[in-house]
Amino acid sequence: MTPTDEKELAEAIASAKTPLAIVGGGTRQIGHVEGEPLHTGGLSGITLYEPGALTLVARAGTPVSEIRAALAAENQRLPFEPVDLRPLQGTTGEPTIGGIVATNASGPRRIQAGACRDSLIGVRFVNGQGHILKNGGRVMKNVTGYDLVKLMAGSYGTLGVLSEVSFKVLPAPEASATVMVEGLDDAQAIAALADALGSPFDVNAAAHIPATGQTLARVEGLEGSVKYRAAELEKRLGGKTVDFDWSTIRDVKPFADRKGDVWRFSVKPSDGPRLGAALRGLGACDVIYDWAGGLLWALTPAGKNMRPALEGIAGHATLIRADDATRANLPVFHPEAAPIARISAALRAKFDPRGILNKGLMG
Amino acid sequence: MELPIPDSGILARKQQIVTRLQSVLPEGAVIADEQEVKAYECDALSAYRCPPLVAVLPANTEEVAAVLKICHDEGVPVVPRGSGTSLAGGALPTADSVILGVSRLNRVLETNYDDRYIRVQSGRTNLSVTGAVEAMDFFYAPDPSSQLACAIAGNIAMNSGGAHCLKYGVTTNNLMGVTMVTMEGEVIEIGGGHLDAAGYDLLGLITGSEGQLGVVTEATLRILHKPEGARPVLIGFDSNEVAGACVSDIIKAGILPVAIEFMDRPVIRAAEKFVGAGYPDVEALLIVEVEGSEAEITEQLEKIKAIARSHNPVELRESQSAEESANIWKGRKAAFGAMGQINDYMCLDGTIPVSQLPLVLKRITEMSEKYGLGVGNVFHAGDGNMHPLILYDANKPGDLELAEKFGADILTLCVEVGGCLTGEHGVGIEKRDLMGVQYTPDDIAAQMDVKDVFDPKWLLNPAKVFPLEDTESRRVA
Repeated sequence: MTPTDEKELAEAIASAKTPLAIVGGGTRQIGHVEGEPLHTGGLSGITLYEPGALTLVARAGTPVSEIRAALAAENQRLPFEPVDLRPLQGTTGEPTIGGIVATNASGPRRIQAGACRDSLIGVRFVNGQGHILKNGGRVMKNVTGYDLVKLMAGSYGTLGVLSEVSFKVLPAPEASATVMVEGLDDAQAIAALADALGSPFDVNAAAHIPATGQTLARVEGLEGSVKYRAAELEKRLGGKTVDFDWSTIRDVKPFADRKGDVWRFSVKPSDGPRLGAALRGLGACDVIYDWAGGLLWALTPAGKNMRPALEGIAGHATLIRADDATRANLPVFHPEAAPIARISAALRAKFDPRGILNKGLMG
Repeated sequence: MELPIPDSGILARKQQIVTRLQSVLPEGAVIADEQEVKAYECDALSAYRCPPLVAVLPANTEEVAAVLKICHDEGVPVVPRGSGTSLAGGALPTADSVILGVSRLNRVLETNYDDRYIRVQSGRTNLSVTGAVEAMDFFYAPDPSSQLACAIAGNIAMNSGGAHCLKYGVTTNNLMGVTMVTMEGEVIEIGGGHLDAAGYDLLGLITGSEGQLGVVTEATLRILHKPEGARPVLIGFDSNEVAGACVSDIIKAGILPVAIEFMDRPVIRAAEKFVGAGYPDVEALLIVEVEGSEAEITEQLEKIKAIARSHNPVELRESQSAEESANIWKGRKAAFGAMGQINDYMCLDGTIPVSQLPLVLKRITEMSEKYGLGVGNVFHAGDGNMHPLILYDANKPGDLELAEKFGADILTLCVEVGGCLTGEHGVGIEKRDLMGVQYTPDDIAAQMDVKDVFDPKWLLNPAKVFPLEDTESRRVA
């Protein structure tokens, strides 16, 4: 099914007799979903863009590339640096803005500018009963009623199918600079990044690649300001300013052409090195640290459960890349504590009482 | 404003309820005396008052859980209360309710500079969170004008903002985790020192839920290192509309100041008289603040001043000292209080697309003439969060109702131009009956479904947020 407007989408869901598998660009396949494919690509196009108000509204099936191009023409951008997992997942196709929202896909700038959910200011969606619903709107501050906008972000299409999303966007910076330190071990690197983020220099990305021994911190802003802050960081960290393509980290490119499962862990940054060591102890081939050590990407032998590495560490793990056999065996999403699992299940039952939306994902 | 009729059965059982509450709380933590509970009869929306049945002041999560278990068991409504600074009636009791005040939950539990967070009990005041990390040059970003008094619990309940959230975001963007007690008395943990809790974004869902989904007892908050410096510039105009256009141009130019505040003449004069902030006597005044090193501040201010000049300002003045900057902000943060010195007022909180500022300001002036009530404007212009202050005389019969009608017209206009009813104060009782202006019955039902999940008996702050006729069947169920 490929509805071309919100009304058709609502009818398709209301009349569905079988479970539905929601497909945006089909670039972020993360688990096995039962059901007839429901494509959102027919719901496409930017419906409102006001650069002076830093606001962009688009239908959920709009290609991200179209949104990037429109923003670039006005020298603006999405703040959260959306992740593109095509190289890692080996998928083709065109990522959609709805897919970004449904997976709350946020890149390196998440540590300073927030996640996708922080830039998302409004949604329209159709719930499992086929009701068209809206929440939030197109203004940056809105506390009218409950914030279902946040709930929809990262809910993987299990509570409703997005039809339209609104964002607060930001001016693209005049300049950007990356300061690199080489040869640090994981613990030294994460300590250095904590120091960089604990400075007044407004670092907006901080990563460490053990395989190449690169520890990286980025600043962005007005030309003179960036020059000044990069120089201060060079002194503070003992590094030098380099050209660096942050899509390497954002899209986990070093793991793209290598065999194995890929796991994504979120922990507090200072626990990063300990988790990295535990993962290696369990057989991980390689790890990459983003978010100053708080986000770990691990390349691991196929089929192996890596969650035991979190023993004694608060956080969670998502199995991003694996074959179907592994996914049948290991939960893709992190198991929840009982009271939270109960609330999640009850919410899902309210939004999708027939249990037809992306059955098999989350929970 | 209508409130549900108090449950006479609960009123009759007061002594039994008090005794049970006393059995789980230390002496002095249960306030049942008819005179003493009057201290909790209203919040900052003081036009509405109603003493609660009882007030309780638990000091930790276990005590909160014990209180909620008893209230759940007794079927008694609970109204959580931060510091009582809500402008929307969020903490207004009903006669059959227990006020759960968090003022004794005021400890700092953990500070972690490497991971940049602080964990506090939720009754701690907003400003004292920054106070706890200031010595290390860190701060907590959301800065509501009431920050000296308001509690983190209330900030979370209302998703509070402040002047500097143009750059740093509001509460929901700075909250990393909570310990929350459900109405049934179950303690749940969401998030923590790591980013983006697993599963559904329950943290985002409870932030701004106006104390209707649970009682937050502890919070993990993001802290940031202070910038090297900050400096405001004052830009005065002889028309509100030109000031509005200047705001839009600054934002479009790609500079993102940390704050862009707007005041019109009535507010400027009141604030000036109240604190002597050094404001010029102009029709409209913008306070634009930028941050960074000396060179960075200069770089940004040069660009902002160039844009301002293209709109022919009547005043353009950069702060010359830290003292002057502090004074400029003192005036802004005291603006509501200053207006309160000269008049009774009703403070609105509608948010509009920044591009609609000139139109909406013009229409508010027209409505002011129509209703014969004065209005002052002071607001966060960078994000379109308006605060029209409608002036009325509380002693004049009918004036409050007239002011409320005027207010409803302004908020309806905000929604019509693409905005919303409330940007940071919350719905409370004040805007409850206007929800239908912004949302369809299905939209409202979806939100009430969420409350059903967290609080099936509708005992937590039940008379707020949603129109009473919409909630009636769920409240009795």
